[in-house]
Amino acid sequence: MDQFLIATITGLSTAGIFAIAASGLVLTYTTTGIFNFAHGAVGMLAAFSYWQLLDWGLPTGVAVAVVLLVLGPLFGLLVEAVVMRGLFDAPETSRLVVSVALLAAALGLGVWLWPVDESRPLDFWFEDNFLGILGVRVRWHEAIAFILAVVVAIGLRVLLRSTRAGVTMRAVVDDRGLASLNGARPGRSAALAWALGCSLAALAGILLAPAQALSQQTLTLLIVNAYAAAMLGRLRNLPMTFLGAAVLGLLDSYGFFYLPTDGRFGPYLSTFRFAIPVVVLFIVLIALPSARLRTNAARRRLAAPRPTWFTAGFQAAAVVGGAVVLAIGLSDADALRAAKAVGFALIALSLVPLVGWAGQLCLCQMSFAAIGAVCMGHLGQGGNPWALLAGALIAAVVGVLVALPAARLTGIELALATAAFAVILDRWIFAMPDIHLWGMTLSTFNRNPVPVDRLSLPFAGTLTTKGLLVALAVAFALLHLLVVAVRRSRAGDLLLALRESPAACATLGIDPAGTRLAVFAFSAALAAVGGGLYAGTLGSISPSSFDLFQTLPLLLLTVAGGVAASGGAIFAGVVLGLIPVVGATFAGIAGLLGILPGTMGATLGRNPDGVSTQLAERLAPLRSKPAVLAVVVVVDVALALAWANDVLGGWEASIAAFLLPFLAARGVNATRAPRTARLADPLDGLEDRRLGPADVSAIDEALALAEVTR
Amino acid sequence: MTTVEASPLVELRGITASYGPIDVLHGIDLAAPPGAVTALLGPNGAGKTTTLRVLAGLHPATAGDILLAGRRVNGARADDLARAGLCLVPEGRGVFPNLSVRENLRVATHAGHGLAQVEEVAYARFPKLGERRAQLAGTLSGGEQQMLALARAVATDPGVLLLDELSMGLAPIVVGELYEQVARIAAGGVAVVVVEQFARIALRVADRATVLVGGRVAAEGTPGELEGSLADVYLGGNR
Amino acid sequence: MTDPPALKVIGVTVRFGGNVAVDDVSLAAQAGAITGLIGPNGAGKTTLFNVISGLQPPTSGAVHLEGADVTRLPTHKRARRGMARTFQRLELFGILTAHGNVKLAVDVRARADRDIRAGVNADAEAYALLERVGLLDLAHMRADSLSTGKARLVELARALAIRPKVLLLDEPASGLTEEETVQFGAILRELAGEGMAVVLVEHDVSLVFAVCDVVHVLDRGALLASGDPSSIRADQRVLDAYLGDAGVPG
Repeated sequence: MDQFLIATITGLSTAGIFAIAASGLVLTYTTTGIFNFAHGAVGMLAAFSYWQLLDWGLPTGVAVAVVLLVLGPLFGLLVEAVVMRGLFDAPETSRLVVSVALLAAALGLGVWLWPVDESRPLDFWFEDNFLGILGVRVRWHEAIAFILAVVVAIGLRVLLRSTRAGVTMRAVVDDRGLASLNGARPGRSAALAWALGCSLAALAGILLAPAQALSQQTLTLLIVNAYAAAMLGRLRNLPMTFLGAAVLGLLDSYGFFYLPTDGRFGPYLSTFRFAIPVVVLFIVLIALPSARLRTNAARRRLAAPRPTWFTAGFQAAAVVGGAVVLAIGLSDADALRAAKAVGFALIALSLVPLVGWAGQLCLCQMSFAAIGAVCMGHLGQGGNPWALLAGALIAAVVGVLVALPAARLTGIELALATAAFAVILDRWIFAMPDIHLWGMTLSTFNRNPVPVDRLSLPFAGTLTTKGLLVALAVAFALLHLLVVAVRRSRAGDLLLALRESPAACATLGIDPAGTRLAVFAFSAALAAVGGGLYAGTLGSISPSSFDLFQTLPLLLLTVAGGVAASGGAIFAGVVLGLIPVVGATFAGIAGLLGILPGTMGATLGRNPDGVSTQLAERLAPLRSKPAVLAVVVVVDVALALAWANDVLGGWEASIAAFLLPFLAARGVNATRAPRTARLADPLDGLEDRRLGPADVSAIDEALALAEVTR
Repeated sequence: MTTVEASPLVELRGITASYGPIDVLHGIDLAAPPGAVTALLGPNGAGKTTTLRVLAGLHPATAGDILLAGRRVNGARADDLARAGLCLVPEGRGVFPNLSVRENLRVATHAGHGLAQVEEVAYARFPKLGERRAQLAGTLSGGEQQMLALARAVATDPGVLLLDELSMGLAPIVVGELYEQVARIAAGGVAVVVVEQFARIALRVADRATVLVGGRVAAEGTPGELEGSLADVYLGGNR
Repeated sequence: MTDPPALKVIGVTVRFGGNVAVDDVSLAAQAGAITGLIGPNGAGKTTLFNVISGLQPPTSGAVHLEGADVTRLPTHKRARRGMARTFQRLELFGILTAHGNVKLAVDVRARADRDIRAGVNADAEAYALLERVGLLDLAHMRADSLSTGKARLVELARALAIRPKVLLLDEPASGLTEEETVQFGAILRELAGEGMAVVLVEHDVSLVFAVCDVVHVLDRGALLASGDPSSIRADQRVLDAYLGDAGVPG
């Protein structure tokens, strides 16, 4: 009984912290329509800042005040003004990606400012003073946390019900347009909400930190637990959110006290505690009613290039050719780095159909990759390539299982559900020892890193490092062609149609949920193949190589690169491959590079189609001049050979080789008569190009002419 | 009602507008003088609501001028126009459903009046609202919601009041009551523009009316001049 | 025994919170006829269409398609049984060409249809449908670069691609020029002549009166009147519904 009382009181204190974090999340969501994935990271940054201020010798009270009243609100205002403003009517996927990007950027910032290899102890408030409640010794700190939660609850109620600013905030939620008509300033309400929300996240972070070792990822994830509480109130209802927080806090505490750590089930359940909140989150999401079929939401013109086979083949050849040149010119260590980058690009490729075409924001892509990696480790001993296929099949099944509940949800809910799945896999399943059931052994990591053998191919044998680089490039080229084939088939059109208007799809007899399941399965299988190959470059894998925090840069860089085509995946691979190289060359900005994926994703609002799509558009003129194209290829190959033979430096050669095609394309463009040439055959390949009104009228003209001569 | 010869407080000249690729307004002219009710009539889809939204800064005009008290205000934000005294009560949803009656009124207190003062004026005009001040607006009857919307609009002391489909879904007796208040508001010097698909109701209180068909002005005149031709416009028949 | 009507709506009610959007509406649409649905703004026409096509579950009531109860079927299954619809706000797949839009629908139907002859040429069928609505020369334009009128015709061709028995058209003539509207009316008569049940929600009342065999009038969610166009046009209640009740005290 005593233990139960202790567990309950501890649980309520944790519940208080969850409630504070969750109410901040609900506040920003309801007033701005943006689900702040970075909420946990804000709390983490606050906790570190608090430690920093104490470390500089500030008294506790002053440090708390500075963090809660200055840094937290300031961060919120900054985010609102720089990143979020203007996003309220953007497509949901963009809003989510930007918010995920903010999470990645905040994490990067945290790691940069406070390098991970240092211990930073934080004291509880009022040291180790205890008070007795019902005969249980309770830390002042814990009691204060609970009291603060009550104060926040009351404070939010007073703010939202009895002040003009608060009532206006609720009015903006109810009906943004009508609130404007009444002279309310929605922008000001949003700024206030962000400031308050971040301040609440900061409070939760400071309260949580002393009980934990100050670690960026752990702290961020802990506050992510609050998301489950917020979801219980469907992100809108504050009382339900507080109730949800209480349930979560208590479950967490009971889990800590009562889950067995030994005996038959101990090894399987001891780590379950860390997964409780995400399991709750996952269950809540499954229990939600289906979202109604959306009608055409994105009025913005979408771009998803439909490459011709010539272009696709050329791209594939370029990737393989590039890898061969790198294999010739690079040292073994650098070639391994390059191989890793290609492996990463392979996993990124799996995002193209799922995120780029179907518009489903999935945050567990690295988990699918992990399945492939584990299969490669266990089944692919000696580098057996068939293990890749096994991994793909298992991942496809898992993909369907994840998508089964998730495919009928809205964008935010899907993102959260997949994130929850990633955490469940990473913190619980992968932390289990081998499972023995009915005479079979199911093995993931068995609490140890899993060695992964390099691929061994017929005729080639076990690959050398350079061989591996080329093999991965060939794999990328092949999967790229597969992706292009899907894009060019009916399935590609179907996915794009589904993203634009699920309702219209359904009225044509297309099953939206079934189609989503299929694309999840396909994407998961692709990711698993990528993961298996990527694992070969690591040599040995552990759960942390594939957790939620690895999915973030993968997703963000691919989106920034242009997730609708393979170019985005290449971009992600190249950037991630270059980050360590640039970091080594310019040591001063090494830490800053960790923020890069996040900041790139955050600029999505301005460049929604991604970098590679734009670059491809610039290169388009080359397609019409095979002679020029051939010359460009020959010169680029020559440049590459010159570098491989030490005639040219690496940077000079790459920059020249990179710029040459663009200069040539500009040249081609300049020599052509602008419109007549481009519209010579008005019926050919128009769908890949963006049309303006001028184009439309020009085409009408061209068509009329064709009709006369027919 | 008397014919008013004052210069218009709000005016549209040659307004065109579109929703994405769909053109909905093709050159609308409209003028509303202070102290009068101007009715904007026409069948479904004629562009009446879009015209009001353009007036209120909620929808961009692709061409033409929007004049408020003689000054061109194209591109002004809705909240700025609201603070300048232009108030729109939108169709069918003029209240914040999850806010109480009192909280709804509180949203309108930016014009410098205190909540107490706004409440006093509102409850004097619509005693029923006073009885339900703590109730959520979403749970009020349709007529009471429109009363609240009107009360909140008037609380801001607008110079121009735009009313969209005040009568939608309401019983005739309630509609009559509401339009009585509208006429009184206009008599206080406000330029009122009402959009109403039920033309006869609107013509009873209007001083002048403009009829839109297919995004164009089909007729303009006093209620007496227009009454006869309405059946044609609405049912396209030859009655 | 006569055949059951192609589409039957039985006592459908839709409530949103305290609001009744559709109030106990029953009506039927016969194969080979054009049924018109008119009424003032907010009368519940589009909501009723959403119920019929399965995008909005009704609070109570049932929808029958060719005598079978489809109330609990999801939208895509109703489509496979021959119910097609268009949307008031265009719902074309803007990223695809006009031809791509239609071809996708042909493909889906051909695959779902078990007893389809082998070797359906989806390409050719899509071109034929575009030709039927007079858009063959715009087949390779991206759908989001078409004018409203043309886009509506593409939506019609796409709906026809599933070879519907019941065709629901939501405001198909808005955005069409007068000339296009006339052509559009002729196409509708042709479709009905082939035995399709066409249901038309439209605010261009003159089009409705010109092409419909039966007209239903909705007012504030409830069925106000039903009959042939001339009787509806002569109905004082209908005019009152459009102009506002004459009995308002004032």
